[in-house]
Amino acid sequence: MPTPENLNLNRRALMVAAGACATLPVMSAGAARAQPAPIGESVKSGVTFTVNGEARSLDLDTRTTLLDALREHLHLTGTKKGCDHGQCGACTVIVDGQRINSCLTLAIMHPSADVTTIEGLGTPERLHPMQAAFVKHDGFQCGYCTPGQICSSVAMLDEIKAGIPSHVSSDLTRVPQLTEAEIRERMSGNICRCGAYSNIVEAVTEVGGRQG
Amino acid sequence: MRAFSYERVETPTAAAAAAAARPDAKFIAGGTNLLDLMKLQIETPAHLIDVNGLKLDRIEPTDDGGLRIGALVRNTALAADERVRRDYGVLSRALLAGASGQLRNRATTAGNLLQRTRCPYFYDTAQPCNKRQPGSGCSAIGGFSRQLAVIGSSEACIATHPSDMAVAMRALDAKVETVKPDGATREIPISDFHRLPGDTPHIETVLQAGELITAVTLPKPAGGKHIYRKVRDRASYAFALVSVAAVIQRDGSGRIALGGVAHKPWRREAAETELPRGAKATVGALLEGAKPTHDNAFKLNLVERTLGAVLVEARG
Repeated sequence: MPTPENLNLNRRALMVAAGACATLPVMSAGAARAQPAPIGESVKSGVTFTVNGEARSLDLDTRTTLLDALREHLHLTGTKKGCDHGQCGACTVIVDGQRINSCLTLAIMHPSADVTTIEGLGTPERLHPMQAAFVKHDGFQCGYCTPGQICSSVAMLDEIKAGIPSHVSSDLTRVPQLTEAEIRERMSGNICRCGAYSNIVEAVTEVGGRQG
Repeated sequence: MRAFSYERVETPTAAAAAAAARPDAKFIAGGTNLLDLMKLQIETPAHLIDVNGLKLDRIEPTDDGGLRIGALVRNTALAADERVRRDYGVLSRALLAGASGQLRNRATTAGNLLQRTRCPYFYDTAQPCNKRQPGSGCSAIGGFSRQLAVIGSSEACIATHPSDMAVAMRALDAKVETVKPDGATREIPISDFHRLPGDTPHIETVLQAGELITAVTLPKPAGGKHIYRKVRDRASYAFALVSVAAVIQRDGSGRIALGGVAHKPWRREAAETELPRGAKATVGALLEGAKPTHDNAFKLNLVERTLGAVLVEARG
């Protein structure tokens, strides 16, 4: 029988353990390949950038994505790895003011960059208005896509402010409006498998309205 | 991902020379397509040449009243440029119809032209693919081909070019400016830039070893109504089943290029003389000789209906 102490496993530790179990069959399938291609010597390279206002210097394998640098080297695990191929948006962070997929860029490609992750937007004590709005409107269920949704929506509102049009903007030469259709189109790079979209739209609308 | 060495370069010629010196090297700019393919070991460069520092990120007027778009101008910046929105609306619309906000913030003009097909068999390293592994065969022929080419394909390959941007540029008669490793420059009409697959589907453009795209130029504005209509399985963030880039003048004349149907943006200038006679006549000439598969024959009707909708919108 588990003692109460055993039950005191936090969510992250549980995910790590579950992830390790899930990885095992994949690894053995890979090892069974007839002739694994030669991988080559790993190459290291240094990079210095600012993450959430703090200068960070790292010596990394050149292959390290910005996402892995944040999660595995700086232990900022708020940014999530979903698909790792730029399809889901869970890894969205803000680099030099622009939202990008951190899984599809190498960390060493960003010397002197200013990176903002979910940890840099707000803290549990002082939530960013977008974080507070997601809580208020229940803009999530499992929460895995949420850091990406929030970073994406914060930078997305800046894109509207800057007058960047979207696929659903009716007139390219007019200032884009903050409508539900605009929010849905502009947030299409962030997938929510729980389907919290309608509540996400409400949260973003509230914050966008307040800004405007 | 395979290990690779990495360098940054200061000038376009230095970049081209560095690439020519290492046949196993690739340029990296936005990285949104290349890194995806490297993770899957479809692309396996041993050396990356980061061209992001080349200062090719400006959009400038040309002497003949057109625009020169630097190779590193991001898709978001190009779509939002005031001159592009006003004078080349079909290009803004095409860019905004592609990818997601995050990807457009990183993807570059040159990288968009050079992106690889999304044919599922190109992505599946367990299957033969002449584009990924020349001579291994084409799994798409006789396979799941709903998304794939209906015209200009070959016995070796029925992949499509995935870009929306390039389709609009084809309708606009854009030109691709490059620099070679010896510093020589050239200008390639976009009609000649991408190749049909033939026997060598792995060779997708006319670029030579080390040759680097430095800019794309647009001729002076053609006026007319600019429309980009994309039909896809989702309302957003999906590749085209078919797309139509159109610049239609008041007198009914115009230019039409298609996406989602061939190994390159598809345009036949001769077919455009049929435009005043309507979509059916135009598409008849535009897609004459098409060889669709059982799975994608619907694209012929879809192109006709999409062009029909475009022509109605152009009159409105």
